[in-house]
Order: sequence, then C-alpha cells, then structure tokens
Amino acid sequence: MRTKDLVYVALFAAVTAALGLFPPIAVPVLAVPITAQSLGPMLAGAILGAKRGALAIALLLILVAIGLPLLSGGRGGFGVFLGPSGGFLVGWVLAAFVTGWLFERSWSTLTYWTGAIYTFLGGVVALYTLGIGWLAVAANLSLFQAAAGSVAFIPGDIVKVLIATTVALAVKRSYPIIEERSDG
Amino acid sequence: MMSLYSPGETALHRLPAGTKLLGLVLAGTSLFFVADIVVLSGALILVCGAYLVANMTVKTLFAQLRPILWIVLILFVAQAFINGWQAGLVVVLRLMNLILLAALITLTTRVSEMTDTLEWAIQPLGWVGVDPRKISLVISMAIRFIPLISQITAEVREAQRARGIEKSIVALAIPVVIRTLKMADDIADAMEARGFDADPR
Repeated sequence: MRTKDLVYVALFAAVTAALGLFPPIAVPVLAVPITAQSLGPMLAGAILGAKRGALAIALLLILVAIGLPLLSGGRGGFGVFLGPSGGFLVGWVLAAFVTGWLFERSWSTLTYWTGAIYTFLGGVVALYTLGIGWLAVAANLSLFQAAAGSVAFIPGDIVKVLIATTVALAVKRSYPIIEERSDG
Repeated sequence: MMSLYSPGETALHRLPAGTKLLGLVLAGTSLFFVADIVVLSGALILVCGAYLVANMTVKTLFAQLRPILWIVLILFVAQAFINGWQAGLVVVLRLMNLILLAALITLTTRVSEMTDTLEWAIQPLGWVGVDPRKISLVISMAIRFIPLISQITAEVREAQRARGIEKSIVALAIPVVIRTLKMADDIADAMEARGFDADPR
C-alpha cells in the first residue's frame, strides 16, 4: 500500500465516524430511526474500492472496539459487537468490500442506475445477509424471524443507497480515486 | 477525544488488557453453550459483582444496558410467543451477561493500553506482510481526522448557507468528501516529503 492509501483508509474511517455525529432522523411512517452512519460503508466502497474501503471500515470497528464512542448515539466498546445487531457492524466491512469490488469491475461504464444497484447489492444485500445470520444466532431466532425483524430498516437503507450513489458518482467525475483496471 | 474509559485503581483496572480480553472471549464462548436460567442468573450476579469490584456505580451499570433495552424487550416478547417465556429469559440473560462483561472491559481499560495490546496481538500478521506499526499510524490518523472533518463540514455548510442552499445532505456531502480527499493527498505528500516510506524494503 502506498502512503496515500493509508491516509485514505484513515480518512474514510473518520468520515464514517463523523457521519455518526448527525442526529438520527425519525421517520413517522417507519418504526425505526434512520442514522446517517451506514452511508459510510457504501461511500468507502464506492469511492475507495474494495480493499481500501473494507480496510477503512475495519479500522473504524477497531477504534470502536478499543473503547471510542464513535457509533451513532455515542455507542462504542466491545459490547456493541456481542449485541444482537453486532452482525450488521461486521457486515459493514463486507458491504464496503462488495460495493467497492463491483464499482472497480465496471468503473469506466458506470451509470447512475448500475451504481445504485451495486451499492444496493453491497450496502443492503451483503450487509443484511451477515446481519440477519448473526441476529438469528445471537437471539436464538429462525432466519425467517430474524429477517422479519430487520425489514423495517430496509426503506431507510434504500434512501441511503441513492444518496451514496449520487455522492460517489459526483466524486468519480471530479476527483476519481479508483483507477480503471488495465485488464478490465 | 472522549473515550468510554472510567478511571480507577481497582484490581480490574490494573489487570492487563490482554488478560481481560482473553477472559471475555472464553466467557462469551461458554455463555453460548449455556441454556440454563439458574446458571445464567448466577453468571449475571457475578458480572454485577465485578462492577462493584471495579468501583462502578449502579447508574453506570444501567447506562450500559440502556442502548439495548428495546431490542432486548422485543426479543423477549418474540421469544416468549414462539418458544415460551423460559427461552425468552435465556436469550435476554445471555445478552445482558455478554454486554455487561464487554462494557466492563471498555470501562476499565485505557484506549492507549488497548492500542498497545492490539499492536502486540497483531505482531504475527507481520509474517503475512501486515506492518503492525502501520496499524498504529492509521489509528492515530483517523482519530485526528474526525475533528478535522467536522470542521470542514461546518465550513462548507456556512458557505452554502451564505448562498442560500440548505438542508441537502447530498449538496453538503459532495464538497466535503472532495475537500477531505484533497486534504488526504496533501497529507500523504507531506509525509513522503518528510521521509515516510509506506513500503520499506
């Protein structure tokens, strides 16, 4: 990794932490508040690519694990990983990786809608697969029950997919970080 | 930067971070194999006792549970409906044990000590090409970047307000991300100009 890559990794760990400072938006129709923080993994993957994006989110989780209150609502410490929603935190790393990998693969032909689909596959499909699996084990539920308990968050996450895609594509136009792969 | 550490001089504060983390891994793993309400309640009493040993107040103890209170309640009700109240109690007790134990370690261990332990624990990764010193470097950089990003966000927001653009997260996020990326490039250049080498051979 070049020096630049190390700084990018630290930067997006910090960006995701800073997103946690935004107060959660309560949407009357939905039962759950929407936090800006899960934009972080989508942006990290879509802007930095698979490896650096996943490392940035892993770094944030390390900071949280060693006791910094960087998750939205000032949460932090080891306990958050062992809670029922711990899988969604670890899933952020996977979300950034999948989003980044898909963006890298089609970097030169990316349109808004393919970008949104890729961000959805990483930031929602991959994330929920891990999160729901973990919830089922930690809370002793069947996979179906765990999934049913998580669907309330999906509308908010789709809004975030659209926001992240808009931001990532604007950054791609004016300050691209993922270089086009020569073998692509 | 605020941390969740709560200063003290008790035996639990003095115990090496590595020992505490190993204890957590062992306790956490065994808790998943226990489904007996009496044993889990006993474990919970022990964990609460540990909070007393660490000189924590009852208020601190409850503050650790507050973030998961609703999830735990919902889980209990769901489990009680599906598998009976005993199953619900087992899940709730197990989660409370895990959360309280993990939180106790965070409360009694300094962030600097955690970082040192982490650096020590990942030394074996040196064999597969991961430089532990780089991990410490990116940790310090990320901690330093958080207030910088807040500052840049405030500046951009002010500039946009002056031009009458307000309340659009997209309009705010794009210039913030681009400005921080430029800042990252400048920092990387400055580091290399001062002789930092990311891949020493």
